[in-house]
Amino acid sequence: MSLSRRRFLQGSLIAAGAGGLSACSSIGAGVTGGSLPADTVNYWNLFGGGDGVRMQEMQKGFEKANPSLGLQAVTLTWGNPYYTKLSLATIGDKPPDVAVSHLSRVPTLVSAGLLQPLSPDDLSRHGMSEDKFSPGPWKQSQFNGQTYAIPLDTHPIVLFYNTKLCKKAGLLDGNGNLKSMEGESAFVDALEKVKKAGAQWGGVCSVNADTATNWRFFQSLYSQLGGEVLSDDGKKVVLDDAKATKVLNFLKHLSVDSKLMPSGVDYGGAVAMFASGQAGFYLEGEWEISTFQTAKMPFSMTLFPNVYGGSNYKVQGDSHTLIVPAVSGADQKRTDRALAFVRSMLDQSLTWAQGGHVPAWLPVKDSAEYKKLKPQSNYAAAGDAAVYDPPAWYSGSGSNFENVTGSAIATVRAGQADPKSAVAAMRRGLQTYAETPAPA
Amino acid sequence: MTTTTRTASGSTVRRAAKPASGRASGDNRAALLFLAPFLILYILFVIGPGLYAVVLSFTNASLVRSGLGSFAGFGNYAEALGGHDFWNTLWHTLLFTILTTPPLVILAFLLALLVDRVGRGRWFFRFAFFAPYVLASAVMALIWIWIYTPAIGLANDWLGRIGITAPNFLGDPKWAMASVAFATVWWTLGFNFVLYLAGLQDIPRDLYEAASLDGTGPVKQIRHITIPMLGRTTTLVAVLQVIASLKIFDQIYIMTQGGPNFSTRVSLEYIYDVSFTDMRIGYGSAVSVLLFIVILVVSFIWLGIVQRQEKGV
Repeated sequence: MSLSRRRFLQGSLIAAGAGGLSACSSIGAGVTGGSLPADTVNYWNLFGGGDGVRMQEMQKGFEKANPSLGLQAVTLTWGNPYYTKLSLATIGDKPPDVAVSHLSRVPTLVSAGLLQPLSPDDLSRHGMSEDKFSPGPWKQSQFNGQTYAIPLDTHPIVLFYNTKLCKKAGLLDGNGNLKSMEGESAFVDALEKVKKAGAQWGGVCSVNADTATNWRFFQSLYSQLGGEVLSDDGKKVVLDDAKATKVLNFLKHLSVDSKLMPSGVDYGGAVAMFASGQAGFYLEGEWEISTFQTAKMPFSMTLFPNVYGGSNYKVQGDSHTLIVPAVSGADQKRTDRALAFVRSMLDQSLTWAQGGHVPAWLPVKDSAEYKKLKPQSNYAAAGDAAVYDPPAWYSGSGSNFENVTGSAIATVRAGQADPKSAVAAMRRGLQTYAETPAPA
Repeated sequence: MTTTTRTASGSTVRRAAKPASGRASGDNRAALLFLAPFLILYILFVIGPGLYAVVLSFTNASLVRSGLGSFAGFGNYAEALGGHDFWNTLWHTLLFTILTTPPLVILAFLLALLVDRVGRGRWFFRFAFFAPYVLASAVMALIWIWIYTPAIGLANDWLGRIGITAPNFLGDPKWAMASVAFATVWWTLGFNFVLYLAGLQDIPRDLYEAASLDGTGPVKQIRHITIPMLGRTTTLVAVLQVIASLKIFDQIYIMTQGGPNFSTRVSLEYIYDVSFTDMRIGYGSAVSVLLFIVILVVSFIWLGIVQRQEKGV
């Protein structure tokens, strides 16, 4: 019998239905809202790019070491797309078992009641205790005396330098490491020397369409001066005009007055400039290490320059942590599953550190293998010297706090505004937010 | 179906044609069945959430807490209309519309005129001008970000060769909006161009022949034959362009994120910032409703213009 159109459509419909039913259980579970097979760890993260590759390696390590547990890992886009989904999933009572969160976002999640506190007993059953973590990030994970997040790393902003150009400029010591620079003139001097050694620019740090980097550059210097921006959970703006103006004047000098750094370059352009040797120094987060390793260019990394800190070194940073979202009817097995996964990630901190991050897990951070990892271990001190974004409902990684401050800072670095009006703009923008009640 | 008839006094009257009674019920049921899948999805995913957004706009709902939060009355609307951000972003949206709509209408028309005259190889020009339209917004934005990059970008290089210092296209508040608008015109010109080309081919050739027999030059022919005959197409293109420009988001989000210093932040970008970065869904919904009203007003104005055009024909 010849195939009529109606029969063909009927047949395809049946085939599609059968295919849908026999689809792998997780898709079926997702569509019907059912649960995964028992003992599967449901894990969400926001790691793409080089970090993502390393996380996948660590996930495989977890599966190999824990054959009795399954793993369903989901990667979502960094920033708002991740946090809105995490928050809505937890509100809808279908959160993952364990998820990544920036330490600067944890206060908001805790105050919204979205995180499950982790008791010392649960933690010690998996071999985790306060003395095994870097004090800096551990302290920030405590709220009302309870642990709400397990720090995985600290990712500060660091100084990348082109070893070939710096050697020619005479800035390296006997071991090939950058000689320490303290104070404004030392840093400016280094930039000038590198420029004379053949670079088009002394240093580069992205300005355009990158409010986060502008904020981080400013905050590192501002906190070295001891300045604070917000207090009282963001209800008060305590910006110190004198200190802020001093920092902005320095930033203006670097790009606008002395033209040692470009006053107009975006994130990708800055990476390209450093990778191609057009700039001798690069200020950015340590996560860019993979980019330059792949580019096979002569570079190394060290701590962000201690311009104003003296003996009290500070640098802007944030931490990745692992959190356990709250869910109704949470049982011990879920907590143990989640913590087993967390412990496995901590044990593999050396793999994670290869991506540039400073591990928070002391058994790895204090180990000989990590100290041998160069150039990652050069800036290990930033792990405890990191200053986190001030807690507020409108603050945190990728928040509008960084948007407001970073925009004002960028106008100074691009030569579009003077420091005094930029500080006023920052204060105005933040004051509006400080007066707006938190969404409840 | 409607028919327009001219009554003795010269005004036009619309008279709805009556459907034949026998066919009515069967046809209606079949029509509803065919429409059902679309209608259900439309109500579930467009109308329903739209009404929910209006409800949300009267609350202080947050993305990190369940439920509607505390009741805010008209507080969100007062905050939006009383503050600077809503009006600034609305102005940026209107500026973008003003910067893109005339070029997209006029340039598309001129290009269609020129390509219409091409004998052989017309397919190549059609392809060349339409090709950018096929790109996804993210791809187009990335291309132009790299063209506009200061110091190492293509624009900087080419302008330098002819002795012009390129401005900081995406980093200078004075240039950022125009740069995004330029990239958008390059991107969406093709669609309007194709509409105009099709419209041009609909104009009967004998009109041109008659005109040239009467001694009309080519420019006068364009003014008196082509442009009036393309009236419908122009209206369509302009309306589509204005509505699309009012809803602009993609390119701004990718190329400037509303910067530098908030100078390119448009209404939708503001709604995104407030709703998903600040987590203030209640306030964001209020701004959405206000933007909806603006677009509605613009649409009614256009509808009025179109209806007057139809009456005049």
